[in-house]
Amino acid sequence: MLRFIARRFLEAIPVIFVIITMTFFMQRFVPGGPFTAEKSVPPEIQRNLDAYYHLNDPLWKQYTDYLWDLCPKAFHPGALRHGFDLKAAFGIDLRPSFKYANRTVNEIIADKLPVSLELGGLALGVALILGLTAGILAAIRKNSWLDYLCSSVSMTGLCVPTFVLGPLAVLAFAIHFHWFSASGWYTWQDRVLPALVLGIAYAAPIARLTRGGMLEVLSQDYIRTARAKGASETRVILRHALRGGLLPVVSFLGPASAGVLTGSFVIETIFQIPGLGREFVNSAFNRDYMLVLGTVTLYAVFIIFFNLAVDVLQVWLNPKLQFE
Amino acid sequence: MSSRSGSTPSSSLNNSAAPSPAEPPERGHSLWSDAWHRLRQNRLAVAGGCLVAALALACAFAPGIFHLSYEENNLDLGAAPPSAQHWLGTDTLGRDLLARILYGGRISMMVGLVATFVALTIGVTYGAVAGYFGGKLDALMMRIVDIIYSLPFTIFVILLVVMLKDPMGKFDNWLAGYAFFANSRGVGKVLLLFAAIGAVEWLTMARIVRSQIMAIKKMEYIEAARSLGLGRARIIFRHMLPNALGPIVVYATLTIPSVMLLESFLSFLGLGVDAPMSSWGTLIKDGSEKMEEFWWLLVFPGLTFSLTLFSLNFLGDGLRDALDIRAAKD
Repeated sequence: MLRFIARRFLEAIPVIFVIITMTFFMQRFVPGGPFTAEKSVPPEIQRNLDAYYHLNDPLWKQYTDYLWDLCPKAFHPGALRHGFDLKAAFGIDLRPSFKYANRTVNEIIADKLPVSLELGGLALGVALILGLTAGILAAIRKNSWLDYLCSSVSMTGLCVPTFVLGPLAVLAFAIHFHWFSASGWYTWQDRVLPALVLGIAYAAPIARLTRGGMLEVLSQDYIRTARAKGASETRVILRHALRGGLLPVVSFLGPASAGVLTGSFVIETIFQIPGLGREFVNSAFNRDYMLVLGTVTLYAVFIIFFNLAVDVLQVWLNPKLQFE
Repeated sequence: MSSRSGSTPSSSLNNSAAPSPAEPPERGHSLWSDAWHRLRQNRLAVAGGCLVAALALACAFAPGIFHLSYEENNLDLGAAPPSAQHWLGTDTLGRDLLARILYGGRISMMVGLVATFVALTIGVTYGAVAGYFGGKLDALMMRIVDIIYSLPFTIFVILLVVMLKDPMGKFDNWLAGYAFFANSRGVGKVLLLFAAIGAVEWLTMARIVRSQIMAIKKMEYIEAARSLGLGRARIIFRHMLPNALGPIVVYATLTIPSVMLLESFLSFLGLGVDAPMSSWGTLIKDGSEKMEEFWWLLVFPGLTFSLTLFSLNFLGDGLRDALDIRAAKD
């Protein structure tokens, strides 16, 4: 298994390299730039800006310099405990931001990523609890009122976008009932609504995949064998069926976790949460080259990490598969 | 174009029925007619299909028949709640919300169709080639898919929109020269954007088709076809794809709502169709900004949109259940 993980890590390096390269050059070939939107600055200031951001260097030099700064050159994971400083921990320098004067991309990520991680973690928790419960219940009571109820609720989660559900939740639970707050990120009341709305959005596909996976497994011969041997229904469901039934959920969870943990633009905008999801989108609008590169790379690393975790988990869940 | 959006749901229904009388293949006949029979048993799927068909017809023809205008405003009236005159109320500029929802539906449905069609074409071809040839070519092609999967999609769409601004403006002017599009400026921009999005949405389709083809490749009848000396293209398109059609039809039906959802998300970012045109996404965005005073501006577009997605998803699920050969056994 260790060899499998090591090989997958090595395979991930060219993938990340391609992603960075594509992002780097795609941004540069799009007309306009980070300073075109602002009012024109005197030429000498523009010269200083260009020099500060190395915009005068030939493109290939900017590219190779950036790649070099991106390479991990140290390994002190302990430093991550004091803020999320990638430079102190791994020697990764993501360069200064174009839009936020005097701030580096390292600092922005260190500031905002923990918020998004917390929100995403809470939402994933909500999603797993709701989604798995609804999916399993719907599968074992197939075609009963419980199945229809769970299926329609999860269908609602799929068909009502978060930017409809979010404002409605604010209207009901923050403005009308005053139970939770409508925006901010300070107390637990601030966290309830965003975590729930985001969680419900992810619970819906989880419930559907769980139901589908469970139904498929429950019709197989080894479940009939288990029942014939007199195993209790609970044991059949939880011990025998769930393991196989979870496979589709697990492969969905890989990219989904990466997406939800790096921040949701819609939720962070509706609830005014200072997370990374907004930076993701705004950096692309602002043409903040370095922030776009930093966040894209971060997202890619998350995706690769979670996909690897999914592969390991799938082998553990399904003994028929093997590490190859 | 209106007739196309009108025929969508029925055509996806017909897909499961039409092949049987039109071109009776050696083995497809009973599978497809069985599926059609099972689909009709599924009330939710039938209701979904009918609802989408009705909505599509309404969006296509109602504005023309009743002379509704999406841009005629009445500033004195302002935002008014639903009334006999304006069934679903009016927005802050006094424009009839029902008319705006119907016109918006044209855009939203068109976008779903165009992007799905593009995704279907690329995904099926790509997946079939990768699955059939296997080996190094397959590994390379799937690695490319993996890389595109790991890209944060929104950022690329935003960059794409910025990049395509000029060509899209030109395309729009060209399109506006045709009578049918004369009073729907901005459509060209959206069409092009979603052709581009379809070009990104094909990934899952490629994976599904590939795994289907890989499974079918091992079957005896493919070996028989090969030993008869049939060409690769003929084997892939004549013998393999028809047998993988079930999942393709189902996934295509399910891609339409997910693309429509994406369109609404882009509208939320402010990248949707420009005013005075509207799509369901832009209507929802405007509504969510004004919902505290004018609830109907969020509720009615949101309801229409969600109902459409509901119906399409139920239809897709129904098709899947109807076509699933494993489910047919028990």
